[in-house]
Amino acid sequence: MLLTAFWFFASLMILFALSVVLLRNPVSCAMSLVMCFISLAALFVTLDATFIGIIQVLVYAGAVMVLFLFIIMLLDLRAEKTRRLNFGATLGGSLVVAAFLAILVQVINADPALSKPLPTLPAQAPDVKMIGFTLFHSFGLPFEVVGVLLLSATAGVIVLSRKSLR
Amino acid sequence: MHLSTVAWITLVVPLVAAALILLVTRTSKPLAAGLAILSALIACAGGWILFLGNAEGTFLGFNWIDFGNAFSIPFALALDPLSRTMLVVVTTISPLVFIYSIGYMREEEGFWRFFAGLALFLFSMLGIVLADNLVMMFIFWELVGVSSYILIGHYFGKDSAADAAKQAFLVNRIGDFGFMLGILLFWVATGTFTFAGINGAAGVFVQNPTLLGIACVLIFCGTVGKSAQFPLHVWLPNSMEGPTPVSSLLHAATMVAAGVYLLARIFPILSASPGACEVVAVTGAITALGAGILATQQDDIKGILAYSTISQLGYMVAGAGLAVSAALPMFHLFTHAFFKCLLFLTAGSVIIGMHHEQNIWQMGGLGKKMPVTFLTYLCGMLALSGCFFFSGHYSKDLIMACSYEHHRTVFWMLVVAAALTPFYMTRQAMVVFFGKPRSEHARHAHESPLVMLVPLILLAIPAVCAGYPFVEHYFFHEIGSLAEPEVPHFVEIVFAAAFFLGLGAAALIYRNVEKDPIRIPFFEHRFYIDDLYFWIVRVIQGGIARLFSFIDRWFIDGILVRGSATVVWTVGFALRFLQVGNIQAYAFFFGAGVVGLIYLLLTVK
Amino acid sequence: MTPTLANYLIASGLLFAIGLGGVMLRRSIIIIFMSLEMMLSAANLSLVAFSRYGLVAGHQNFDAQVLVFFIITVAAAEVAVGLAIIVSLYRARQTTHVEDLDTLKF
Repeated sequence: MLLTAFWFFASLMILFALSVVLLRNPVSCAMSLVMCFISLAALFVTLDATFIGIIQVLVYAGAVMVLFLFIIMLLDLRAEKTRRLNFGATLGGSLVVAAFLAILVQVINADPALSKPLPTLPAQAPDVKMIGFTLFHSFGLPFEVVGVLLLSATAGVIVLSRKSLR
Repeated sequence: MHLSTVAWITLVVPLVAAALILLVTRTSKPLAAGLAILSALIACAGGWILFLGNAEGTFLGFNWIDFGNAFSIPFALALDPLSRTMLVVVTTISPLVFIYSIGYMREEEGFWRFFAGLALFLFSMLGIVLADNLVMMFIFWELVGVSSYILIGHYFGKDSAADAAKQAFLVNRIGDFGFMLGILLFWVATGTFTFAGINGAAGVFVQNPTLLGIACVLIFCGTVGKSAQFPLHVWLPNSMEGPTPVSSLLHAATMVAAGVYLLARIFPILSASPGACEVVAVTGAITALGAGILATQQDDIKGILAYSTISQLGYMVAGAGLAVSAALPMFHLFTHAFFKCLLFLTAGSVIIGMHHEQNIWQMGGLGKKMPVTFLTYLCGMLALSGCFFFSGHYSKDLIMACSYEHHRTVFWMLVVAAALTPFYMTRQAMVVFFGKPRSEHARHAHESPLVMLVPLILLAIPAVCAGYPFVEHYFFHEIGSLAEPEVPHFVEIVFAAAFFLGLGAAALIYRNVEKDPIRIPFFEHRFYIDDLYFWIVRVIQGGIARLFSFIDRWFIDGILVRGSATVVWTVGFALRFLQVGNIQAYAFFFGAGVVGLIYLLLTVK
Repeated sequence: MTPTLANYLIASGLLFAIGLGGVMLRRSIIIIFMSLEMMLSAANLSLVAFSRYGLVAGHQNFDAQVLVFFIITVAAAEVAVGLAIIVSLYRARQTTHVEDLDTLKF
């Protein structure tokens, strides 16, 4: 059952990812990305990481993508006109991606430890509790630092958005 | 007052005088001269007090460098019979020359500069005489060279004078290089710099006589430079560009004698090395003979005396190389200082009387016009030629007699030089003082003022008497033995024959002649040694300099410095083309780099 | 039958590759930015997969999930600032085409 879920959501995710890269209209791209993230959240749930999946939907699909859509609307972007295709650049980019994939597949196939089936979990402990525990127990300092980071990001955005940069 | 205090006062007072003259007396001639003469008189008094009081011992001033036993150079004065006698010579002649200079330099410019230089020289010379160790002596050695440079170049506006001063200093430097190496070699072997320590260290060299020989010859290099021995003699004739009092004091009596004094100082260890003594004796003999030959063709009144000085220094050096006693060369130094200084001062008197004309062929018949000068000149000339009853006879013949026993070749060379000496001196006397005047200046010559004549008269006395046995005994009996060696009778006849032959030949040839009947270009051009040196400097040193200039310009500058800069620039220029400004190009480079890196990490274990 | 770790990793790799391709091949800066987010999410997927398959003392490796938490937070901050920059850029240059933004060259 889990396998079917995996294949379904994985292919959905890849499909939407491809459409992000291939579609012309930026709004379409954004919506495809939203769907991609939702599929990704489903994959997280299959991995028993429900908290992460919810966070993914709430923050990424919910906040980040909405921000993207706001900006697209603000800048009033139309579908980009196709310019002359730079053959060399396209070729180079495709080659890099292909090389990356080739190496990845080779590495994964070479390691037998990666082909083990899903190990069983002893008890259905709520993962939120465990994540919270780990977060505040071992990662207290990074947590605070990330807080400061968010603050500085907020300040930065406000400064950058001023009409005239004095 | 304690004798050590006297010694320090004697040394330091001339330096103080020099400093004061430099600072205070630009405008006042009497003050400059007075300060210098006062300091010389104080030094003279101090020297005699030390001599008569038989001052003995080492008076420590301060420890200049002190690393314990390993390396220590104290600044100390050493009083012993040798330094006492030398002190008397230096401090007695100096005041006389200083007083003479008042008259000689009366109308010259730079009066105060001259006396400051003289005072500085006196200080440096006393430092050499009183030094207790080789390094201190070397320091004062160089100071004497500096004073000589200053004084030779007194008329620095004249190119020839400036060049002569430079040449004197540089040629001396070549000798001093060897001197320094010798000092270091002695230190490595014996661990000490003091004369007392080195002279007693013959035992160290028993295993290694060649090392001792080399060390002694290196120290002798200092003498070769300072005392104008062959081949570093070229500076002395040119140093005659300086005023005549300088020529008489520095380049006749005292400074050039410092080289001989050095040999006497290290005599115990020098005599322990037969090889070094051989080198010293032969060099002295060659110098004596060669300079004697060259003196016969000189036309400048001071030039003749300069070559004569070189020749007599050769005698002293040869005497030291005979390894008989330290007193042998010192005795001739003693007598030579007096009569040579006298001769130069008389030459100066002649030059002043001739309104600064120095060519002897413009002179003539001055004997009648300048009687005092002429008489004192005769005293000096006869002493130099080795005439009986004059001082030079005793010291010169003693050296020649000793050489008969020890070294036959040296003996014959010295005998020939002994024949040449009266020859060229009589030539000078005949042309300058006898005969008819050959020019206007000569016709109108007059005697010099009293301030110049009194030193002449005072110096004539020791020129006659300084060789007499009681004088010799008084000054030298503690330094070493001056016993007459046993020589066959014919040797004494040879000496007398040499004297009369030289004198008579010159008297005959140069009687009433208008110009020099003998012209030998080879001798006139000083054996072409000057030209040889000039060629060496121009071709070899110039060639090496050009080579280094080439390396510096093309290799170091071009390849190493500018080349490396160009390489860096080129690489930077090439890398600049990666800055295309296109973000996706950067992303491409980035991605390709990462993929490549992963690949490398995975494949290259 | 359960999916293996390799499956998840290949899925994550594919997602990353597609994102990389989007960064290098698309010419609208907004799309590039979106592809960037895709790459970050691919990394998150890998992390969560490792967290599930690399059990520590019987339960998932929660350190990885905390790391994913941080990544998401930082990505959100980054998007905010990045979009603000893009807006300023648009105001200055009136274009979002990446080839027009090329003044930083030698």
